[in-house]
Order: sequence, then structure tokens, then C-alpha cells
Amino acid sequence: MSMIIVENLVKKFGSITAVDDVSFAVEEGAIFGFLGPNGAGKTTTINILCTLLSPTFGKAYINSYDCDRESSKVRNAIGIVFQDSSLDKDLTARENLMFHAYLYRVDKAERKQRIEDALRFVDLTDRADDLVKKFSGGMKRRLEVARGLIHRPKVLFLDEPTLGLDPQSRTNLWEFITTLPKLHKVTIFMTTHYMEEAEVCDKIAIIDKGKIIASGTPAELKKIVGGDVIYLKTNNNEEAMKDIRKLFDMEVSEKDGEIFLSAMKGDACIPALIREIGERVLSVRMQRPTLNDVFLKLTGKAIREQNGTGLDNIKAMVRSYRRRHDRD
Amino acid sequence: MIETNAVYVIVAREFKKFIREKSRLISTLARPLLWLFLIGGGMSRLVPGGQNVTYIQFIFPGILGMTILFSSIFSSISIIWDKEFGFMKEILVAPVSRFSVVVGKATSGMVLSTFQVMIVLCLFPFIGLRLDPLQIIGVILVSAILAFALASFGILLASFYESYESFSVIMNFIVMPMFFLSGAMYPVKLLPEVLKVVSKLNPLTYGVDALKNIVFPYETGRMSADFSLFIDLTVIVTLSVVFVLIAGKAFERKQ
Ligand SMILES: Nc1ncnc2c1ncn2[C@@H]1O[C@H](COP(=O)(O)OP(=O)(O)OP(=O)(O)O)[C@@H](O)[C@H]1O
Ligand SMILES: [Mg+2]
Repeated sequence: MSMIIVENLVKKFGSITAVDDVSFAVEEGAIFGFLGPNGAGKTTTINILCTLLSPTFGKAYINSYDCDRESSKVRNAIGIVFQDSSLDKDLTARENLMFHAYLYRVDKAERKQRIEDALRFVDLTDRADDLVKKFSGGMKRRLEVARGLIHRPKVLFLDEPTLGLDPQSRTNLWEFITTLPKLHKVTIFMTTHYMEEAEVCDKIAIIDKGKIIASGTPAELKKIVGGDVIYLKTNNNEEAMKDIRKLFDMEVSEKDGEIFLSAMKGDACIPALIREIGERVLSVRMQRPTLNDVFLKLTGKAIREQNGTGLDNIKAMVRSYRRRHDRD
Repeated sequence: MIETNAVYVIVAREFKKFIREKSRLISTLARPLLWLFLIGGGMSRLVPGGQNVTYIQFIFPGILGMTILFSSIFSSISIIWDKEFGFMKEILVAPVSRFSVVVGKATSGMVLSTFQVMIVLCLFPFIGLRLDPLQIIGVILVSAILAFALASFGILLASFYESYESFSVIMNFIVMPMFFLSGAMYPVKLLPEVLKVVSKLNPLTYGVDALKNIVFPYETGRMSADFSLFIDLTVIVTLSVVFVLIAGKAFERKQ
């Protein structure tokens, strides 16, 4: 069953079309990744799905409820970690969770237990009674994820959950997030512009300037760029290239003293190459395509360089600055 | 229609933060003290009293009104802070109606203001006033209704502003004039005609007047209340209902 369905969604802000005829569906229990550069329309799509904005055109459903018309049913079914922190920094971690539990009518009998479990789950039990303004960026993020799960939502939205975190915290947070579908039977909808992070997704849609330009599993998307690339250093590149062309009937070229060729199944191709021209080969390395290559191929620009308006960039910079420096 | 869980938790949050923030508590209590003793004390040398009421006693209901005005507006303007720092989103995506959120915020303003009024009210023996228990209960009840009306008015203001820079605009151009034109410092009946009209449009005027009616019920002449208690109560009760409904509507706008 599809947990999230989006059909021909359009959202205009005055003359700007932030979301431009977007359609997709997400299966129950899946991790869905929504990828795109700054200003692509990711947050706007989330805001429509979580009932904060009305679409200009098109439909969005969560758990088969209409996001625009049946807001309160949708709101009961979702948990959200917003791009910008939405914690009350003058309350403690436990008080933030308590507020949430009351707001979502968590049963009195279960309230305390769920909050303790959530705190333990994100490893914040020791800091439960500290004010949130004393937390690091990573701790706040973890607390927000815990809060989003307190009322056992069917869908959890994560809008750039790792933005502004250091690499180690990012890895930790991802390990944690990937356990959620099994542990909590929750469907995850996440956005990011770190391509590597999207590899954990079951399905990905790439959005650019409001339009979905590609979608599929990570493996399917990588096929777009044509498989793995094998690089060889040899004692005689000219001869090696000639042999490869003759023996394997493959396209091969030379760059920076290395010869390289692309193959759908690089790992299976390497032993065959070595068997035939092994005595010439000094070293071998193979590169798997990343989702970044996919984006590069589709738009002609790397995702981290390409950008929306200048204002979007500045906003994104301010955001990650704030988060890093733990401002409140 | 109104979800009590939402109202309860919104009030609990504001109250907890209020208690925790010592500086806010001190400044809200320091302001009435300064006005009452420094301005009231000084002016009473200059301004002749009424029949049984000295000037410092005359402004006491106005000082209570001021306490309510500042604390309830401040409490509902905190919506702007919540928007600015993102917490409002946590509330807006929760399965509670916008109207419950507004009622919760207005109730927070009411609870905090009434709490502060009760503290300021303790000053009455020091300025030679005598109040019986019924009068004290009356003051507290009127304060609560007035606070609810003003907090709803504050929410209405806050729903038009997105950032906290607007806070000083609201304070200087709305809150201060409201205070001075409420009959808190001088009887409305002594004002020039134009200001008299403006005062009659000011919700706070009726709140302060109701308090005057309760605090010195037997006073007649220029220091007495300007309207009857019945009119005062009708106006503030009506306004609290009207403001909370309009604020609810203003809050429901979705882009
Ligand atoms: N409330 C708004 N009013 C006007 N324009 C808006 C509004 N919200 C978003 N936009 C515009 O819509 C476009 C998409 O913005 P959105 O926030 O959805 O991008 P995003 O993909 O989340 O980007 P980022 O990676 O920077 O978070 C941008 O051009 C943005 O300026
Ligand atoms: Mg965004």
C-alpha cells in the first residue's frame, strides 16, 4: 500500500513556482529520499504534505487522507523534524517531550514510559533535565527525532536532518535513522543534499527547480551514468589499450597516465582483464558511480555547486552556521 | 471544538517559563512599584484628591490595569518569538485546532496576568486603601476577564507580524498610548473632547473603570469612575469573546 501519494503537485509563491507538477508515491515502511540543491522545492513539498501550506494545484495524500482537506487526520499520522530547529530552548529535553505528548494526547498511562524510552533511544537520558539551549547541534537533532516519534506516527519527515553536523555525528544519526522503519514500523520521507546519505534510501527522487528529474532505487539511478569505471596503470598504455580493444571490444581511453574503461559489472570485469593482460598491469582501481555523478549527468552541474537564488544560499549558510554554533 | 489538552499544555509551558525567568518576574513587578510610588507619590503633592480618594489611591486601579496590559500583551506577543525560533511549527502541525491554540495563548496571558495582579494587589494597605474580601475577589475576577480580552487582542496583533523587530513598534505605538488613554493616570471625564472619544474606544478604559468601580464604589465627583460597572463588564466580556474569535480567524489563515 502507498503511504504517501503526491499527484501533479504545484505550489506557486507569487511569480515563483517552487514545486512544479510533482508526482510520486512512497510505499509503507520504505525510506524515501528527496534530493535536490538549495531552493529546489523540497521543504515546500514537505510543508504541503504536513498541512502547513495548501497546494496551488494537485493532490497530496498521507495514509489515504487528503493533506489539504483532512488536515487533522493527516497531522495525527505524521511526525516531523523540520529543517530549522523547532524545539523550545528554554525548556528541558524532558519538558519538550512532555509538551509533545500532551499535545498529541498520548495516554496518561504511557506518557512517562514513552518519554523515558525515547530519551534512552537517542542516548539523552543523562541530559534529560538540562535546558535545550545547552545542547550541541547533534543532541538537538537527536532530541527532535525522538520527539517526532513519541506519538508513534505512521510517517516521519526528516528535512535535512544532518545539515551542519560533523561527519561523525552524521554517521551516527544515519545509523540511528535507518533502524527506525523496523523498530517503529514507520515510513520515512527525508531530504538531503548530501548525495552519499541518500544511498540508505529504498527509493529516491531527484528534484531540481521544482521538477522531478529522475527517480528510482539508488542502483537504478546509478545505471543512468553507465556503471563502474575501472582505472589501470600499465607498463605500456598504448599496447594495453590496443589489447583491450581487440580482446574485449570495449571503449577505453587514457587520462593522466592511467587508462580507464567503464563496465556495468566492474567487479566481474577486473579478473577477466587481469587474466588476459595481467603481465602489463601495475595497479588497478575501480570507482563506483555515486549519486553525485547521477546529478552531474542529469543537470550538468554537481549538486553542491549548483544553487537556487542567492538568497536561498545565504539562508542555507545562516542555517548551518546557526546549527553549528549552537545559537539560540 | 476547544481541545483542553492543548490549552492545558500551552498554559503550563508559559507558566513554567515565566517562573523560571526571574528577570521577567522582577521587571513586571518593579514597573507598578515605580509608577505607584515615584509618579503617584510625587504627583499626589501636586494633584488634589477627591472626596475620600487621594491621587495615589486614585491611580491604584490604573496601576493594576497597567500590570494586566503589559503582562497579557507581552505574553501573547511571545507568539512572534515562537514563530521566529521555530517552536510555533511544532504547535501548528499537531492535531489540534488553531482556535484551541489561540484560546491556550489567551488563557496563558490570563493566568500570568492574574498571578501578577494578585501580587501587586498586596500593596493596597501601604497606600491607605481598605478593601473587603468581596472587593478583592471582584478585582481578581475583573482582572482575569480583562487579561483574557487584552491577550486575545495581543494575539491578533501578533498574527500580523512575523519578526520580533515589530515588538518595539507595538509597544511604542499601541501599548503605551493605550495605557495613557485609559483613564489610569487621570479621569476620562477631565480629558479634552477628542481624547475622550479615543479613550472610549480603548478596551483598557473599561477594564480600569471596572476596577475603579470596585475599589472605590462610594466615591462621587471628579475622581470617581466614569461609567457604570454594568457597562464596564458588558464591554470587557463582549470584547474578550470578540477578540478571541477574530484572533482565531486571523490565526487560521493558510498560504
Ligand atoms: N513562503 C515563501 N514565500 C515565497 N517564496 C518561497 C517561500 N517558501 C519558499 N519559497 C521559494 O520557493 C523555492 C523553493 O524553496 P524550498 O524551501 O522548498 O527549497 P528547498 O529545496 O527546501 O531548499 P534548501 O535545500 O535550501 O532547503 C525557493 O525559490 C524559495 O525562495
Ligand atoms: Mg529546505
